Amino acid sequence: MRTMTRNDLMLLLGFAAVVLAMPIWLQPFGAAYPDLLQRFMIFGIFAVGFNILFGLTGYLSFGHAAFFGVGSYAAVWSFKLLSLDAIPAMIFAIVISGVFALIIGYLSLRRSGIYFSILTLAFAQMSYNLAYSVLTPITNGETGLQLTINDPRYLDRVFGDAMPGQPVPTLLGQSLGGFTGFYFCAAFLILTFFIAQRITGSPFGMMLKGIKSNQTRMNYTGVNTRPYTLAAFVISGMYAGLAGALMAVTDPLAGAERMQWTASGEVVLMTILGGAGTLVGPVLGAWIIKYFENIFSALNDSILARFWSFLPDGLDHTAVVVSGKFVGEGWFLTLGLVFVLIVVFLPGGVMEGVRRITTLVSPKSKPPASPESTSPQPQPAE
Amino acid sequence: MFDVIFLQFLNGLDKGAAYALIALGLTLVFGTLGVVNFAHGALFMLGAFCAVLFRQLLTMETITIDPTQLSPWGAPLEVRAPLVQAWFGDFGAVLVNYSVPASIIITIPIMLLVGIGLERGIIKHFYKRPHAEQILVTFGLAIVAQELIKSFFGPNPIPQPMPSDLRGAADIGAFLGMQANVITYPIWRLVYFLFSFIIIGGVFAFLQFTTFGMVVRAGMADRETVGLLGINIDKRFTIMFGLAAVVAGLAGVMYTPLLPPNYHIGMDFLVLSFVVVVVGGMGSLPGAVAAGFLLGILQSFASMTQVKALIPGIDQVIIYLVAVVILLVLPRGLFGRRGVMEA
Repeated sequence: MRTMTRNDLMLLLGFAAVVLAMPIWLQPFGAAYPDLLQRFMIFGIFAVGFNILFGLTGYLSFGHAAFFGVGSYAAVWSFKLLSLDAIPAMIFAIVISGVFALIIGYLSLRRSGIYFSILTLAFAQMSYNLAYSVLTPITNGETGLQLTINDPRYLDRVFGDAMPGQPVPTLLGQSLGGFTGFYFCAAFLILTFFIAQRITGSPFGMMLKGIKSNQTRMNYTGVNTRPYTLAAFVISGMYAGLAGALMAVTDPLAGAERMQWTASGEVVLMTILGGAGTLVGPVLGAWIIKYFENIFSALNDSILARFWSFLPDGLDHTAVVVSGKFVGEGWFLTLGLVFVLIVVFLPGGVMEGVRRITTLVSPKSKPPASPESTSPQPQPAE
Repeated sequence: MFDVIFLQFLNGLDKGAAYALIALGLTLVFGTLGVVNFAHGALFMLGAFCAVLFRQLLTMETITIDPTQLSPWGAPLEVRAPLVQAWFGDFGAVLVNYSVPASIIITIPIMLLVGIGLERGIIKHFYKRPHAEQILVTFGLAIVAQELIKSFFGPNPIPQPMPSDLRGAADIGAFLGMQANVITYPIWRLVYFLFSFIIIGGVFAFLQFTTFGMVVRAGMADRETVGLLGINIDKRFTIMFGLAAVVAGLAGVMYTPLLPPNYHIGMDFLVLSFVVVVVGGMGSLPGAVAAGFLLGILQSFASMTQVKALIPGIDQVIIYLVAVVILLVLPRGLFGRRGVMEA
């Protein structure tokens, strides 16, 4: 195991500082409210985990939302059966989604290329359809799984503190609403980022990158690649399970729509948008998409009218109508356009853009830095 | 027992026909251009909305207020005159009645333009890029197409009536010399099945019996050599992309009376069609058609009450289950060739 270089440490510390200071520096962008910040953290973890599979090994899974959903369900069941404390729920969720990922990964990784994508997609869609129909006793179907006052919660009963009122998840007796919830999630994001950083730098990570660049050659040199890809698949499934559990911690309601293939597509978009294969990129992508999803979809015609009011009469009305198509209900249109432009012109995502600008600004600097040592300057609002 | 099985078989045909048509177009694009086109479902959806647009054009009215007449509640009477009456006279009523099949007239040129524009505008830059990037850019295009349709036609499904002569059910059992009124089948579904049969047959005949088709097949087998022979294979492949778009669009047009189109109808079909293509084997045209009908019919059998009682939930997962089993047992699908898309 390679020890941490100074660059790695700087990256980790910088990342932690940026994350923890989010409630402050996101203030001017109107995004510093706990609910959105928690989502930033949760989808950041999801994307970092997805990147361990897609970014390092090149296997494009189209069914990762299944693990996210399974994590959510497992966490809510832990709240119902064991305790309202978040820690057992997280452990339970990670273990269950890990086992789930082991089974699906063992079968799916027998194929590669688009066959692998379709296999993961098929498994995820099966889970989604079953969660809606036959598995209703476990998943509570369309209503979604929620906490009730009459849940058994055996561990809590043993210690004799059955809480009165509507049950909410706690951490050692402390409620996890608002900014406490955010810092709880942020701690996990930094922890998972650290683990991902160590994986990327380790011999295991090098193996995964080798699989991405030429799996046939890896096989010819006598390496059995299957255990490595399976390990990467399970790790990234556990990341997704953790993210799903955090989703359940901050909002204890698990629904099957989290497992639909559009949700799997979303995490792919996040990773590509930020830059697959980089450490910071997927997190950035997740933040950008969640930010615009919340901010763009909240814009309406009166806000636009104020924004365009500097234009002459008549022209401003046209501007409002045209731009109105891209915000509010239509923000997906913006997402699609941005996404197409990114894939056409910047296949490396936002991180490649950052790198190009850095080399443009300081042409005499060292040769192009490797992806994981690029310093993080996340400005997702731009 | 036989008639129950036969009925389920028939029920599977129309869905299978839709799967087969979409999968056929997907495979055409993949076989010629080597591009994994996630926007293909969006082309199906655009076709369906061609039918919606055509009907909206036909039912446009001019509203004039006639001050000499009064409506029952005393206001000036609005006189609505359908424009189509003014243009076509009595033929207009027939045209409105047959708006769905008639919209094929506008669908073919529109889809041809959309397909060729898409290929020349964006997809041609992606031939040399990895498959993952092709998937992503076409996925983005699908989102854009979907949202554009949503902003023009709204988020709700828009039902399209089928021609009045083709409503109701045909007594197929009696036709085949069995007991009357046991096996009845909606006429439109029969029409859809025959229609898909003609389209699929047409595409195969086009590829098999024309010089153009021969060149395209040669290009699918060995693009470089055909190019070296002095043939502009790119141009022909572009036309094939347009043709695939037309096939998807026509499949969408004729499906509108069976399922009112909304903006995400394409995505719903796309996921299934990809499963169909992969089960059939990437790049194999007969495989796509066979797998389309196979999965449609299996889905229909799985939704029988007796089967559902035996294996609960099977109707929800059957397609994916079959896909998983086939891919694990036959790595390249039913008719796939070696070495396609495994990198």
